[in-house]
Amino acid sequence: MITLKEALKLSSKELEDLKANLASEIAKHPELNAYIDVNNVGSGVPIAVKDNIQVKDWSITSGSKILQGYIAPYNATVIEKMLKAGLSPFGRTNMDEFAMGSTTESSCYGKTLNPHNADCVPGGSSGGSAAAVAAGLAIAALGSDTGGSIRQPASFCGIVGMKPTYGRVSRYGLGAYASSLDQIGPMTQNVEDAAILYDIISGHDEKDSTSADMNDKVSDKLNPARKLRIATLPKYIEHASQDVKDAYSKAIEALKNAGHTIVEKELLDAKYDISAYYITATAEATTNLARYDGIRYGRRAECKDLKELFINSRSEGFGEEVKRRILLGNFVLSSGYYDAYYVKAQKVRHIIKDEYAKVFEDVDLILSPVAPTTANRFGSLSNPIEMYLSDIYTISVNLAGLPALSLPICKSAKGMPVGLQLIAKAYDEQTLFDGALSLEKEINYKG
Amino acid sequence: MFEVVIGLEVHVQLNTKTKLFCSCPTSFNHKQNTNTCPTCLALPGALPVFNKEVLHKAIMFGTAIDATVNKTSYFDRKSYFYPDSPSAYQITQLYTPVVEHGKLRIDFENGSHKIIRINRAHIEADAGKNIHEGDISKVDLNRAGTPLLEIVSEPDMRSAEEAVLYLKKLHAIVRYLDISDANMQEGSFRVDVNVSIRPKGDEKLYTRVEIKNINSFRFIQKAIELEVARQVEAWEDGTYKDEIVQETRLFDQTKQETRSMRGKEEAADYRYFPEPDLLKAVISDEMMALYSKIPELPDEKMERFIKEYGMSEYNASVITSSVEMAKYFEDMMDEGISAKNATTWLTVELQGRLKGDMNITNTHVDAKKLGLLVKRIEDGTISGKAAKEVLDKLVEENLDVDGVIDALGLKQVSDTGALEAICDEIINANQEKVAEYRGGKDKLFGFFVGQAMKASKGSANPQTINEILKAKLG
Repeated sequence: MITLKEALKLSSKELEDLKANLASEIAKHPELNAYIDVNNVGSGVPIAVKDNIQVKDWSITSGSKILQGYIAPYNATVIEKMLKAGLSPFGRTNMDEFAMGSTTESSCYGKTLNPHNADCVPGGSSGGSAAAVAAGLAIAALGSDTGGSIRQPASFCGIVGMKPTYGRVSRYGLGAYASSLDQIGPMTQNVEDAAILYDIISGHDEKDSTSADMNDKVSDKLNPARKLRIATLPKYIEHASQDVKDAYSKAIEALKNAGHTIVEKELLDAKYDISAYYITATAEATTNLARYDGIRYGRRAECKDLKELFINSRSEGFGEEVKRRILLGNFVLSSGYYDAYYVKAQKVRHIIKDEYAKVFEDVDLILSPVAPTTANRFGSLSNPIEMYLSDIYTISVNLAGLPALSLPICKSAKGMPVGLQLIAKAYDEQTLFDGALSLEKEINYKG
Repeated sequence: MFEVVIGLEVHVQLNTKTKLFCSCPTSFNHKQNTNTCPTCLALPGALPVFNKEVLHKAIMFGTAIDATVNKTSYFDRKSYFYPDSPSAYQITQLYTPVVEHGKLRIDFENGSHKIIRINRAHIEADAGKNIHEGDISKVDLNRAGTPLLEIVSEPDMRSAEEAVLYLKKLHAIVRYLDISDANMQEGSFRVDVNVSIRPKGDEKLYTRVEIKNINSFRFIQKAIELEVARQVEAWEDGTYKDEIVQETRLFDQTKQETRSMRGKEEAADYRYFPEPDLLKAVISDEMMALYSKIPELPDEKMERFIKEYGMSEYNASVITSSVEMAKYFEDMMDEGISAKNATTWLTVELQGRLKGDMNITNTHVDAKKLGLLVKRIEDGTISGKAAKEVLDKLVEENLDVDGVIDALGLKQVSDTGALEAICDEIINANQEKVAEYRGGKDKLFGFFVGQAMKASKGSANPQTINEILKAKLG
């Protein structure tokens, strides 16, 4: 597949042909189920869009039955920025319902397959976007990352996925999961494309109060020759599988070869991350999803009265995982439990932030696994807790609001891609991309 | 004997141009669901952006009630499902409100005062409106997201009268500051009353009952009296513990009773937590300096009127009780008339003539006209009695003061020449009485004045007649 950098040089005639070709290729592989449908806006370079990012006049449903029939009446800020930069929203990609999941299995549109092995999940929640790029069915895609939902599917599918610093990319028009953690980010074939797409979608937006008042760009000054101090986490990776550990060693060697300085560091036990994350995210989610009540839009269930309207619409409209998180969120906010859960989780969140800040006093980047394993087989995570635990390497980045980029390092013994992530300090995307580009060149991963 | 304990929560709709978290207009009476956008409809992905104008008005209010204005306040989500609440949570300020610890003085008719403490005033978003038509219910979200200031008093009031005095003073302050239309009928000044009773001397607070959304001062007074009576009766009957529960009751104005609105088994847990879509609301030093300069308030104006115009405390408090009245009065005073006359003609003569929906803001008789009318009495053009006739006419039709005086032929004769002739005639015709008067029978002076007025057919200026007669009779 042509890269984004190259595609941006195409004539409008060439782009038209490219889109026609793409559409027919997508139609030829329905079993992959990366796309929910394929629509196009404008005459620019086609970019696949996750089903929770609002595109005017498109059906946008966050992978949920409860939003069936809903047509978005406005564009997300990232879509406006893409259109202005000569990119076209092209196709809506599958995802875990309301971005709650790590496998894309909870979508109301059915599961998406991993292009590397049809028995394996593509990861999630941005599994459709990752699979589309990995299968050569998209030049690049937008995903959203609340606890790893860009980086983990990127790693499982062997592509590049980047989560910007919280506040870098406007959330206006992103169907909210957890407001203080969500970020939209690029999912691409390589690091440079990720930088290009990141530049296009980032920047201050007055429609998002949590948007940072910063507009600096990175792609025009990428410099892989910079020599950086990069932290490794020997203790942290003990929980990872051998495939991941091997990739980790390989990456360390590559970074050393490229002239970077490696220093060993430690972070807080990741079990605290899981608790703080699932309390914060579900508390926010339970309120963010309360608007789906069947009153104004979306799917309304049969009902006799108002109470039934609420209860039936939500009982029928939401899937199991979403209901589980709504219940959990309501529980942690309930009177009598608020201090014990929500308030404590915020304290832990501060500790996590401080821990990262301490590490970044000494280093430019941190090298970390993305997931403890390669893509798991469908149905292999037997209970929700197992799935939650598989997020251990990604969620602290969201809790601390940091930028991170997942890139493929190698393949496992079974031929599945293994990705690792680099993490930078807040707003230091430049160093993140410089380091990632350097590692990408040195590793020379071939999908 | 029982003591009544009352606390009040007032929702004041702020008169900002746009809504609290989006740029939709706040105007009333538009077609349903037209003043809406993705944010106030709570569409997927829409986000709130705080309207700083609201902060300006909160600073003004905090300054007016001598409160602490927090330079940093925070927003929280309050969760509940209701069709008129699009996001199913209200954005409000639970943990750190913008205004805290204020106070407000109420004035009794006997001249005594009392301070009522105000616990807090916080910013929050209004809901939409549900419209029920037979079997169907409709939702209008034009009002959704309109900014409210919820003003919460301490339970410092001890009677319905005190509650109403507090509300009237609060209403006046809000109007003086011009931060709200504060129209009770239209719902821009909504009152929830918390009422409990306790044996006199008891310090603890007993079960409080909330009465919601009563839309006039008169009904509030009535609702409190009825609720107090209900509670006292229950206490005396020994059924207090069973009958008086913490609940919300509605005031039924036709049946003249309060009745339960929802059972306590549905007591809500609002699951408050900090709003993650918004940053803290920060007041800069510049903003604080700018908006803490507020217009003269009722109490200050009252004191100034007493000092400047020598008004009685009662008259001054009547005149300053509403910003419209005070403004009307001050505009009248621009005509250079006496405060006493201005007060009487405004509060007795004009207001006595305004019927139905008419009031001093929509009558033909504006302050300039009424001021001029009073001036015409004071400069001797017309008598007070004649002025009443003129005012009758002015209330009916949009006419000018001097035109009506002329048309009705009410002008007094102050031409000294003509009046001197009349006086001379009277003196000549009553030589005996003149002698008696000069001999010391002072009372007879009135006789001469009466005769002269009669001779002039009432058109003479009595003041002038007085002066002429005094001079001639010696």
